[in-house]
Amino acid sequence: MFDRRLIQYFDWWLLALTLILGTIGILLIYSAVNAGEQNPLADLYIRQAIWFASGLALMVISFLFSYKRLDRWIPLIYGGCLLLLALVLVPEAGKTIGGSTRWLSMGPVTLQPSEPVKLAVILFLARYYARRLKSDGLVFRDLVPPLFIAGIPFLLITIQPDLGTAGIIALVATSMTIFVKIERRTFYSLAVLVLIALPVGWYMLEDYQRMRIMMLFFPNTDALGAGYHILQSKIAVGSGMLYGKGYLEGTQNILSFLPEQHTDFIFSVIAEEFGFVGSIFMLILYLLLISFGLNIAYVCRDPFGTILAVGITSMIFWQCVINVGMVMGVMPVVGMPMPLLSYGGSALVTVLLGMGLLMNISMRRFTGS
Amino acid sequence: MKNGVLQKIDPEWFRKRLLVLMLLVVLLFVILAARLFYLQILKGEHYRELSSNNCLRKQRIEALRGLIYDRNGHLLVDNRPSYDLQIIPNDLRPIEETAQRLSQLTDLKAVEIESLVRSNRGPYGYAPVVVKKDITRDLMAVLLSHSYELPGVTIATGARRNYIYEPLAAHLIGYLGEISERELKSKKFPHKRGGDMVGRFGAEKAFENELSGVPGVKVVQVNATGRVVRVLDKQPAQPGHNLFLTIDFQLQQKAESLLNGKTGAIVAMDPENGDVLAMASSPVFSQNAFINGLSGKQWRSLMTDQNHPLRNKAIQGEYPPASTYKIITAMAALEEGVMNRNTTVYCPGHLRFGNRLYRCWKDYGHGEMDMIEAIEQSCDVFFYQAGKALGVDRIARYAKGSGLGEKTGMVLANEEDGLIPTSDWKRNKIGIPWQPGENLSIAIGQGYNLVTPLQMAVLTAAVANNGTVYKPNIMEAVKSVKGGLVEKSSPQAAGKLPVSQESLEIIKKGLYNAVNNKHGTAYWYARSEEIPISGKTGTAQLVGRRSDDLAEGEEFDRKHLPHAWFVGYAPSHNPRIAVSVLIEHGEGGASAAGPVAKEMMLTYLNTDEEKGSAKEADNQE
Repeated sequence: MFDRRLIQYFDWWLLALTLILGTIGILLIYSAVNAGEQNPLADLYIRQAIWFASGLALMVISFLFSYKRLDRWIPLIYGGCLLLLALVLVPEAGKTIGGSTRWLSMGPVTLQPSEPVKLAVILFLARYYARRLKSDGLVFRDLVPPLFIAGIPFLLITIQPDLGTAGIIALVATSMTIFVKIERRTFYSLAVLVLIALPVGWYMLEDYQRMRIMMLFFPNTDALGAGYHILQSKIAVGSGMLYGKGYLEGTQNILSFLPEQHTDFIFSVIAEEFGFVGSIFMLILYLLLISFGLNIAYVCRDPFGTILAVGITSMIFWQCVINVGMVMGVMPVVGMPMPLLSYGGSALVTVLLGMGLLMNISMRRFTGS
Repeated sequence: MKNGVLQKIDPEWFRKRLLVLMLLVVLLFVILAARLFYLQILKGEHYRELSSNNCLRKQRIEALRGLIYDRNGHLLVDNRPSYDLQIIPNDLRPIEETAQRLSQLTDLKAVEIESLVRSNRGPYGYAPVVVKKDITRDLMAVLLSHSYELPGVTIATGARRNYIYEPLAAHLIGYLGEISERELKSKKFPHKRGGDMVGRFGAEKAFENELSGVPGVKVVQVNATGRVVRVLDKQPAQPGHNLFLTIDFQLQQKAESLLNGKTGAIVAMDPENGDVLAMASSPVFSQNAFINGLSGKQWRSLMTDQNHPLRNKAIQGEYPPASTYKIITAMAALEEGVMNRNTTVYCPGHLRFGNRLYRCWKDYGHGEMDMIEAIEQSCDVFFYQAGKALGVDRIARYAKGSGLGEKTGMVLANEEDGLIPTSDWKRNKIGIPWQPGENLSIAIGQGYNLVTPLQMAVLTAAVANNGTVYKPNIMEAVKSVKGGLVEKSSPQAAGKLPVSQESLEIIKKGLYNAVNNKHGTAYWYARSEEIPISGKTGTAQLVGRRSDDLAEGEEFDRKHLPHAWFVGYAPSHNPRIAVSVLIEHGEGGASAAGPVAKEMMLTYLNTDEEKGSAKEADNQE
């Protein structure tokens, strides 16, 4: 029953990289909340460590069985995740923090359903595309179901509002769709459609979101609100220079110029405290992580496995690029955790589950069905 | 390539696409790395400078500390505007010049200013250093008019605690002091930072959380000389809550004036709920002196003063209870069945026990005494007999049951326990077994017994209200700035006196007679024609039993004079105030403490009546 090859093919490097990044994350959160004066959040790194440990356990579970057996369960998983997402909108159940209702309180833990929803969408899309593959590419008719698979959670998350997570779902779904190939004419007509839709989308954004995008281009006009984050973040990153100011020594960090430095702006802590050297090192680690993911897709012989691996990897990729870009002032400030680094249990567990699935695909690459 | 659904797709088909994908990924990462290079290497110097001399500053908006009122809403403590002279080290360019100019305008020396700034500049030099606190308005005007030649010099407006009637109730209200390094690290004061003031003593300390409020924040942009160019963001401070004390302003004033020139303490309580109506300790100290910062000399003189002005004698002073303790002994004797209402003892002026002669305060004796008369005339021989029959441990049980020998548990810090000795205690602490003769001294409140004036007030209030021992309360209410009720006090019973109503009536009769009977110890000093008063005197001997054995002529050392006690309540049959008075070295309990207590009671009951009739008049309109 148990195949020894499973261990032989297990991707130890991916596991090592996951452990390294998660540990660095905890150390950085410690710095972010403990540098300088006393901080009421001082114990957050312990919570993150607990989340990391539970996430690792879930990760192990997610590679114990063959991912191919997931096929039947995917619609159920997807439905369950959507239900949680809808539950957030119920006034009694949803928890509002900072104007957004993204969380569910479940006893001592607060769950952010939009995080696991990302994985559910990836799974469902991979299942669908694996059955519809055409060498000429997908036509309009084939694209209607994916539009709903990704569109429903996208809308539910947009009204929370959580532009970052909704955007990630859109980006990952688009990446996966383009990866499995869209028929040429269909592709062009879609591109035109998107160009028309963009101004409409701009109109539908909240004021503060529009502001943040504007700030990207004119950061000095309003140093108090949206521009404040970008400016202070750039100061933090830039002031790290070549070698950084040293662990727990970041002045931007200590003096609390940066809000949310333990969540979305965690990369600024690396950049400030470890400088260019440390930041490049981190970027290389992430590049490795992503190439491991793509390599798993590369060696996998099963379309479902390949597409799933590409989907998970593209989620990691987009989150990295947008988060780092946002910290460095080249992307708008949206809620976007850095995978494995940022504080946040739901996001961490989701990424670890994704890693588990990648390991799952990798260790079963030579086995039959 | 095949058309239609591919079940077995050629892996090479995917692989080409994956290679393109990888290329895209690497490209985007290279862009990110380039951006990093631009920010950290090319513009690194620029941002490093910005970060160490950040032109955006977060400034704190101080929260106004809550005001303190008396029970009737009479304002006792507020805040007044004050101006601090500050320097922002980074904006001083150069430091010597500014210090030089500043020294010409103020009484500070240039060297002093320089060293002050150098030693206090933080790691980054843009946290302001306070050079001189609370400067005058005139100096401020001068500095402002010269501000263009004083880069880095700013004037911070703030609020300073102002004790309007200081030193009124200085011990009860307390004072503020600068927060210490240790307190900052203790995380008990999350909103405080170095240089902030926190409650150090009294109610200011006990109600620190309620009074202090939460500071706000504003983000400001400053120019090269450190002046605020504009305010970018603002989150207002939440002012502290206002504290309403249970004390009565007029009664408190009375208490302080009665203690003027003496050393001692007065506590007045509402017997119905344990509210402290007045709490005074003498000598007093200046609270505002603490706010302005004491000089070393002032501090030393406060610390070395033999009369301990900083100590709140009402809760920290431990004294032998003397004859006031006979209330406890009487309780024990009646409850233990050692004596009853009709038991009589003949007092010849002394009692021989073992080979020692125990004297009554009245040389030629009281004659035949029953319990009520013994309390009334404070006959020592009667209570020697009671003590002999009871023994120390039984008396201690009643004393402890009445709340003596342990803290009352009120909110003020540093309260003392007092001491109620037992035979075990003496064996363990002193190592000598209890001597039978000591039972006699204990019974009249001499010996190891120690009580605080507050404990005696609680006991007296409990006798007055027929047995409920209340935890003393000084907080009437805490209200928000807008007047909303945040916290309201409710009477907290700590226990019941271990005594039956019947026995208590006997004691109360004795206390009534002590003031209102011609033979009573307090008749000449505490009796009032208007209001019936009950009470007990006490004269705590400090050396020997007879002071005149020691005293020769006029050169009598005041340190050897006995302490004077009076505890009592009024009106006798419907008590509304219980008072405990202790005058250190006041000599006679009746003569030194009695009139003080009487004044307190009359002041409170008369003003109370005035208020009552004023209210009635209001109602009639």
